[in-house]
Amino acid sequence: MKTKRAIQGRRAAAAGLAVALGVSVLAGCSSTTPGAGTTSDVIKIGVNYEQSGAVATYGKDSIDGITMAVDEINAAGGVNGKKIQLVTYDTKSDPAEATTLATKLMTQDKVVAVLGPATSGSFKATVPVANQNKIPVISGSATADDVTVAPGGAVQPYAFRTCYTDSFQGTAAANYASKTLNATTAVIIKDNSSDYAKGLADNFTKTFTANGGTIVGTEAYVAGDTDFNAILTRIRSMQYDVIYLPGYYQEAGLIIKAARDLGITQPVIGPDGFDSPDLLSLAGASALNNVYFTNHYSSLDQDPKVQAFIAAFTAKFGRAPNAFNALGYDTANLVADAVKRASGLTGVDVMNALASTKDFPAVTGTLTIDADHNPVKAIVVIALKDGVQSSSEKISA
Amino acid sequence: MARILPLLAKVVAVLAVYLVVQAMIMTGVVDDYILITMVTICVNIILAVSLNLITGFTGQFSLGHAGFMSIGAYTTGLLTMHYPTWWAFLLGLLAGGAIAAIIGFLVGLPTLRLRGDYLAIATLGMAEIIRVLFLNFPFTNGAAGLSGMPRFVNWTWLYVFTAGTVILISNFLRSMPGRNLIAVREDEIAASSIGVNAVRAKTLAFVVGAFFGGLAGGLYSSYFYFIKPDLFGFQKSIDILIIVVLGGLGSLTGSVIAAILLAVISSLLQPFPELRMVIYGLILVVVMVFRPQGLMGDRELTFSAMRRLLPHRWREARP
Amino acid sequence: MEEVLQQVINGLSQGSIYALIALGYTMVYGIIQLINFAHGDVYMIGAFVGYFSMTSFHMGFVEALITAMAVCTVLGVTIERIAYRPLRNSPRIAVLITAIGVSLILEYTMMYFFGASVRSYPPQSAFMSGSFNVHGVVIKNMQVVIIGISVTLMLILQYIVKRTKVGKAMRAVSQDAEAARLMGINVDTTISLTFALGSALAGAAGVLVGVYYNSINPLMGIMPGLKAFVAAVFGGIGLIPGALIGAYVIGLLETGVAALGYSLFRDGVVFAVLIIVLIVKPTGLLGKNTKEKV
Repeated sequence: MKTKRAIQGRRAAAAGLAVALGVSVLAGCSSTTPGAGTTSDVIKIGVNYEQSGAVATYGKDSIDGITMAVDEINAAGGVNGKKIQLVTYDTKSDPAEATTLATKLMTQDKVVAVLGPATSGSFKATVPVANQNKIPVISGSATADDVTVAPGGAVQPYAFRTCYTDSFQGTAAANYASKTLNATTAVIIKDNSSDYAKGLADNFTKTFTANGGTIVGTEAYVAGDTDFNAILTRIRSMQYDVIYLPGYYQEAGLIIKAARDLGITQPVIGPDGFDSPDLLSLAGASALNNVYFTNHYSSLDQDPKVQAFIAAFTAKFGRAPNAFNALGYDTANLVADAVKRASGLTGVDVMNALASTKDFPAVTGTLTIDADHNPVKAIVVIALKDGVQSSSEKISA
Repeated sequence: MARILPLLAKVVAVLAVYLVVQAMIMTGVVDDYILITMVTICVNIILAVSLNLITGFTGQFSLGHAGFMSIGAYTTGLLTMHYPTWWAFLLGLLAGGAIAAIIGFLVGLPTLRLRGDYLAIATLGMAEIIRVLFLNFPFTNGAAGLSGMPRFVNWTWLYVFTAGTVILISNFLRSMPGRNLIAVREDEIAASSIGVNAVRAKTLAFVVGAFFGGLAGGLYSSYFYFIKPDLFGFQKSIDILIIVVLGGLGSLTGSVIAAILLAVISSLLQPFPELRMVIYGLILVVVMVFRPQGLMGDRELTFSAMRRLLPHRWREARP
Repeated sequence: MEEVLQQVINGLSQGSIYALIALGYTMVYGIIQLINFAHGDVYMIGAFVGYFSMTSFHMGFVEALITAMAVCTVLGVTIERIAYRPLRNSPRIAVLITAIGVSLILEYTMMYFFGASVRSYPPQSAFMSGSFNVHGVVIKNMQVVIIGISVTLMLILQYIVKRTKVGKAMRAVSQDAEAARLMGINVDTTISLTFALGSALAGAAGVLVGVYYNSINPLMGIMPGLKAFVAAVFGGIGLIPGALIGAYVIGLLETGVAALGYSLFRDGVVFAVLIIVLIVKPTGLLGKNTKEKV
């Protein structure tokens, strides 16, 4: 009997311990000091990006651009005499975690705006939180069309972005294919696990068919794949003029290399996901001929702010910037500019300032925020020759 | 009396937890962030408890629980997107659970033949097939996922379904079919020899477990605004399994405690984004090396503390 | 016809990659019935060691391969010693969770030090990157090398397990560790040796894949690890020829599905076939169905 009682006693103690633990944790959570964002001499901005999990690269690359921009701003004296302080969290590439952390940034850390996440799905999961707490969220790479507009067509008041929509970019690529390259038939190779690839492929198809072209085949892969010989062998026996390859450089580089190895010579058109120095190292210079991609800016652009950004980034990180770096940099600068112009330091003020952005000189093109909270900026189609940018053609919006 | 008093104590305790949290929400002690963390915890509790029924109590190694969850999530999500009403939400939860249960039944059937790791692979494959189907169905919007679902879940619904799941499953385990499951886990041949239909027991475990897995998915999609097929991949199934094993195979309260503990650890590690997964991995290894049976083993955290106050002869012998 | 042949080559080389990882998987499984989730990450470490051997230390292919195998051997044995051995008598599922923990530690430690982005191997010699053309069928030299290596390794492993004293000890331990100990076999050493062999194989696979596909990153081990596990189960887990056959079946199946134009459904079809095979043959293609005795 003695032992039984002892066991029960231990269980009771364990129960008590568990409850105590739970209560103290809850108390610990709620006691984090609120209101620091508005009163002190710093401006808090939330950084809510994927730093682990499947798309950690995109989040980490965006953050590199953001921290560089904020370091520059703070070194130059900050915004209206106040330094910017970043509060950085990791969403683990999980949209639910993105929702949770956006809530935390807005309700506990009292930030004036939240940057990120990088992918459309995770970003969409934070938009209702932004509307509810009246704090703007802004992404440099959430490209899906329905990110800033609700299903009914009404604009999401607190959602912004600095990148193109999928329809804008997919349409530009389709027009380039049918008008400049005179293609009438196309094959699409898309990343079946990515919403970005899906949006681009859908819009490319729409415009390309409207231009009188035909999509003769759609092949799919999954992010993280390394062997593409099966789909490429299939494509090799088809008749078509051009390949559209919506996806990121990690796989695109390998696909282009494998395609050229198999003797596929048709031109390849890609999106801004191609913009990375890694594309060249993965595909090799000889494979990167007759390859085009739509992008925000070209490294050939003699605009001093573009060249200054490339030089400064390369000096700081020891590698050339990719699209995520540049868009992260622009996103942080745009928010800092909005905070500077805002009439106060509340989320509503910053939202109004963001919405009225006009001719903001970003690295990725001078942009104006339109009624749907999308940036209006020119698109560039870059041609690669032996892996280096040989020409760029600017198409204004 | 012997039966009524503990029951009464349980009812009071269950109600008390609800009321205390509800009061904390109304007074603002529990803010949005804590509430959202509690939603994550509760969804994980339902998932872990229902997987524990399959893996912990019946001994059927399943790596596909996220597949059941996705069925519930998509069913409820699609229904509430088109009919944003309370009725659609509740119907979605039930329908999601029911469809998941049917799939669970179909998956449970091959378990007649498969054992151990072969079963694990078959369940993993089932979840992957479901994921690929959701990627390619015309009505699920593929990789872009579903967004814009209204948020129906509040603390009341959350608590009703979480506490309800735990209570239903623990009562089920004390019923005749429930005890059959445990008998099958302990020794399938011995159980068969005393008349337990092992095939039926295993299938039943899959059906019940899948139902509640689907329910958890429905709650998830009615709170988190966005779902996509990749959320319910292999990694998610592993995450649920980790909660079950960490809490203790065959301990419902263990699953509950582990779900809470992991959420707490995750938010405590948030300030170290660079190292959090390394630390998380270390915690898994250390806990397993020093406590391989999980935090609770197969014991339950019961109302024994309260029972101790009762006269000696009213105490039942523990199984 | 050309296209079919080309696809067969594609499938075989894809299968060989899975085989290189599946062989190590199945050896470890055979001896302690552990689904070693960290195996895919040992392969990733092998790829990174090979990368740094070639870039930072300017080694050639063969030296880099040997270095990677050596580092992975040490790593595998260390993992077993620290994380798995204390759990020798615990429920198998607990060891599985430990393996997942080890896998997370390896992945994110690498990400912490070397970043999340992809790296590409330095350009290889003309032979390694070359290819030849047989009646319109393009065959890369590396494909031949990889297929050859995977079959050779399978044969060597089979020889070790079936014909040597160490192999006899391994088989004894896998059948009944306690009885083996009574017969004077050092169980711990035998298990360590198995991990050493399996991890060395993973390291070699990492370098070969790095050279062949030219792309490595800290999370590269997850999917091939999973596919290799599936392949090993497919062939009958624990059986060395089973792993090879399972890997080739999976590789050919994936290629076949894509070749027929169903690349959207690739992974789903592979698993569907797997489930059907398992229902017909519950212990894999080569597995023996042992009836449990009372």
